[in-house]
Amino acid sequence: MSDLVRNIIRFMLFIFLQVYVLNVMPHLHQLVTPYIYFLFILWLPFYFKKAWILILGFFLGLSVDYYTMTPGLHAAASVLVAFLRPMVINLFAPKDSTEFSYKEPSPKAMGWTAYLLYALILSFCHNFYLLFLEWVSFGSFIHFLMKTIITTAISMVMIIIAEIIFPRKLKFRSNTV
Amino acid sequence: MFIRRFSVFILFLILQIISLYFLFTYNRSHRAKGLGFAGGVTSYFNGKYNALEDFFTMQEENRRVHRLNDSLMNLLRANFIPVDSGASRLADSANRDTTGKMRQYIWRSAQVVYSTASSDKNYLQINRGSNAGIADDMGVFSSNGGLVGKVINTGKNFSEIMSLLNVVNKMSVQLKRTGSAGMLSWEGKSPQELTLKNIPKTDSVRRGDTIVTGNYSLSYPPGRMVGTVSHVLRDKASNFFILKVKPTANLTNLQQVFIVENINYETQKQLDRETQDMVDKKGGNK
Repeated sequence: MSDLVRNIIRFMLFIFLQVYVLNVMPHLHQLVTPYIYFLFILWLPFYFKKAWILILGFFLGLSVDYYTMTPGLHAAASVLVAFLRPMVINLFAPKDSTEFSYKEPSPKAMGWTAYLLYALILSFCHNFYLLFLEWVSFGSFIHFLMKTIITTAISMVMIIIAEIIFPRKLKFRSNTV
Repeated sequence: MFIRRFSVFILFLILQIISLYFLFTYNRSHRAKGLGFAGGVTSYFNGKYNALEDFFTMQEENRRVHRLNDSLMNLLRANFIPVDSGASRLADSANRDTTGKMRQYIWRSAQVVYSTASSDKNYLQINRGSNAGIADDMGVFSSNGGLVGKVINTGKNFSEIMSLLNVVNKMSVQLKRTGSAGMLSWEGKSPQELTLKNIPKTDSVRRGDTIVTGNYSLSYPPGRMVGTVSHVLRDKASNFFILKVKPTANLTNLQQVFIVENINYETQKQLDRETQDMVDKKGGNK
């Protein structure tokens, strides 16, 4: 499957999962909604241009927004994730080589510790910014902090489960294309 | 070069500004940018999803609707609530029926195709729009007769409803036993708990008292069920109660709803506008 087709399918699957499963299921505790759709951005291949990742992030967020009738809310948060992604990847890049030997960020490509830190940082940023914007229009500060922490924990649990259930069989990237 | 070096950051800023602009203009007006196009796509998928969901859950809902229809039939002569739900109104020069009563409200049924209950701002989408006579600001009631919310955006075949479980929503309701009016809102916590303020402490309020829709709304018929008082709190700082209200409608699990149209809405609204214009004009001349 080509990267393009694979990512288009992922894009739709993540939106449907977020909108029709996670948003409509009974809330876990005090209206904490689990978020996972931004994992799409985390899974994009390394070689994508930064600008493209930003634009994809914008449309991903906007698609979720039109289902939840909050235009701009998820878009703002996922654009932030898309912007931070290259920086966080640079943090964990192997020192000796400039290129990763695998195509996409995954536990296999980066090692579990680095990958989990990468996912943790980005999902915290996403949830913090998203709930911050919600709080600006309504809500109390303590409520907001608690929600951020709990939502991030739930997102992390779901990301780990996703990694375990769907281990991506990525081809080793060779230099001769 | 400056622009080349920071092009990604500039793109990031532009996209952020677009998103925030969408978000904050929407919060003020409840009119989403780009909803016209996106609405078509989301409605299509919502319809498909709903067909699937119906397959599993329709039976219980059918029983409830049937019970309600049954009770409405019995009430028909008493309070002149029509059961011709789903009908679209034809222009009729005579607005009185043979018994000499004037019809004020028309009820229509609709099916909920998408709803959330897990956010601070919850909305429902129903499968009727302007083609079926739905317009903005019409009231919405659940299949067991409890208040659900208000239509805030109408498409051709679908419309969007702001549910009671929306922190932006504020509406005037009254305590049935004493008749005093208060403001109903939601604090964004439990979907089983709405907050009613502005009921004076001179009233005697007990747990289980009935809350009904107020007399002063153009969108809702007066005296329809909203909920029952579940907790009575005394606000020490003021002379008012803070009442916690359990909504009658099961707001987290809605499938069939009724849309109420006030036939004289435009006339009443226009009269109100003209009155305000008139008073403003007089004030300016002084």
